Amino acid sequence: MLEVRDLRKRFGHLTVLDGVSLRVEKGDVTAVIGPSGGGKTTLLRCVNFLEKADGGTLIFDGNSYDLRTVSKRDMAAVRMKTGFVFQNFNLFSNKTAIQNVTEGLIIARRMPKDQANAVAMRALDRVGLRDRADHYPSQLSGGQQQRVAIARAVATNPEIIYFDEPTSALDPELIGEVLAVMRDLAASGMTMLVVTHEMRFAREVSSRVIFMENGGIVEQGESRAFFAAPKEARTQAFLRTISAEN
Amino acid sequence: MTERVWHILLESFPKILLPGLRMTLPLTAVAFALAMVIAVAVALIQFARVKALVPLCRFYIWVIRGTPLLVQLFVVFYGFKAGMYMSPFWAAVLVFAVNEGAYCAETMRGALESVPAGQIEAGYCVGMRYTQIMRRIVLPQALRTAFPSLSNGLISMVKDTSLTANITVAEMFMATQRINARYYEPLALYLEVAVIYLLFSTLLTWLQRWGEKRLNALGGKEARHA
Ligand SMILES: Nc1ncnc2c1ncn2[C@@H]1O[C@H](COP(=O)(O)OP(=O)(O)O)[C@@H](O)[C@H]1O
Ligand SMILES: [Mg+2]
Repeated sequence: MLEVRDLRKRFGHLTVLDGVSLRVEKGDVTAVIGPSGGGKTTLLRCVNFLEKADGGTLIFDGNSYDLRTVSKRDMAAVRMKTGFVFQNFNLFSNKTAIQNVTEGLIIARRMPKDQANAVAMRALDRVGLRDRADHYPSQLSGGQQQRVAIARAVATNPEIIYFDEPTSALDPELIGEVLAVMRDLAASGMTMLVVTHEMRFAREVSSRVIFMENGGIVEQGESRAFFAAPKEARTQAFLRTISAEN
Repeated sequence: MTERVWHILLESFPKILLPGLRMTLPLTAVAFALAMVIAVAVALIQFARVKALVPLCRFYIWVIRGTPLLVQLFVVFYGFKAGMYMSPFWAAVLVFAVNEGAYCAETMRGALESVPAGQIEAGYCVGMRYTQIMRRIVLPQALRTAFPSLSNGLISMVKDTSLTANITVAEMFMATQRINARYYEPLALYLEVAVIYLLFSTLLTWLQRWGEKRLNALGGKEARHA
């Protein structure tokens, strides 16, 4: 469903992605783990064109795009079929929760208002925030804001949703509610590519795991096998430090 | 105060207020509305980095902010003889709009830049185009941020319109000068016009407060202070 081939990205002289290739099949929940600064965020941003790659190919939904030269039109077409959940939510602060969700439906997809409101209400219901529909982001907790952001991504019925450390900006007691929503999504068959430091989520929810370090993929595989018997020494070392932290 | 002074003050009050209502307020309203259009356009050009036009915008702001308003009025009215093509009123509207536009453009630019870039990215990610994101997400927030500064500009402008007496606009200050030429009661008469300016400014300050409350209600900001 989604394939990235030989993705390269530099910031000045710093090579951040050094030929990354990966595949995501429909219904996969793929966790991307690895130490900070390894290029995980940049990977997601390049794949959704928020960052211009220096090279690489994206194959999405049967079409192939050159990530270095992709046109505005193609970017828009791909983004219409993808969702993105940011580390710090990035809700529109001048819009209520439900307006945050309907914006992409009414404005970008020209959906009639009534229909968009119904779709948005269902999406908010799904993340347990039906009763907060008319609240502004400033009136919501971090966990609630992130759930609205997830509803915003889900409502457009995307083929895949990218998550960039969706719980890293949250107070510990709010992480659970967001992870619960993501578990539900995964169970419903949504295709997800999730950068995360939550090893329990990676272990219990994801079907595949990718371990990234220094701009490259060190190891990837089916989730159970990956955690039971990581092959690479660097993966083993990373998993040891992570489990020592928790 | 003597009875004569009271009499002069009473008699002159409508003669000063009327030009205020007929000239000062319309001049301010029209010039400020035009200034807003200029400001938003100039700020957006810079924010969106429209390469061909950015230097032009910087030049405009540099010249206008670097020269006195009174001198600008004289250059346009006496220098370019604007009076031959338009009334002094419209010459004044032109100068005030262009002048205020430069200041407000800088205010707006700052306000646009204060909107978190992540919200623009989020807009792209839900499929919106740049113009849609600007119109629906960035501009409304920037206007809210800029509102207090812009209101200050409006209040300053009401008072600065007194400068247009120098280019023969028959506004409040000119009316006062004329009445004073007849009765020679400068202290009483200039205090009287000062009070009327104060009245106008006060009304605008109330308007600003009311506007801010409305905008806060629209943006859900009251919760932050609750
Ligand atoms: N906009 C940028 N400009 C310059 N360097 C950047 C930028 N974004 C990320 N980097 C650098 O790229 C590297 C990878 O960053 P990132 O993709 O955020 O890693 P991760 O998400 O795995 O922590 C880091 O060294 C970071 O400092
Ligand atoms: Mg990151």
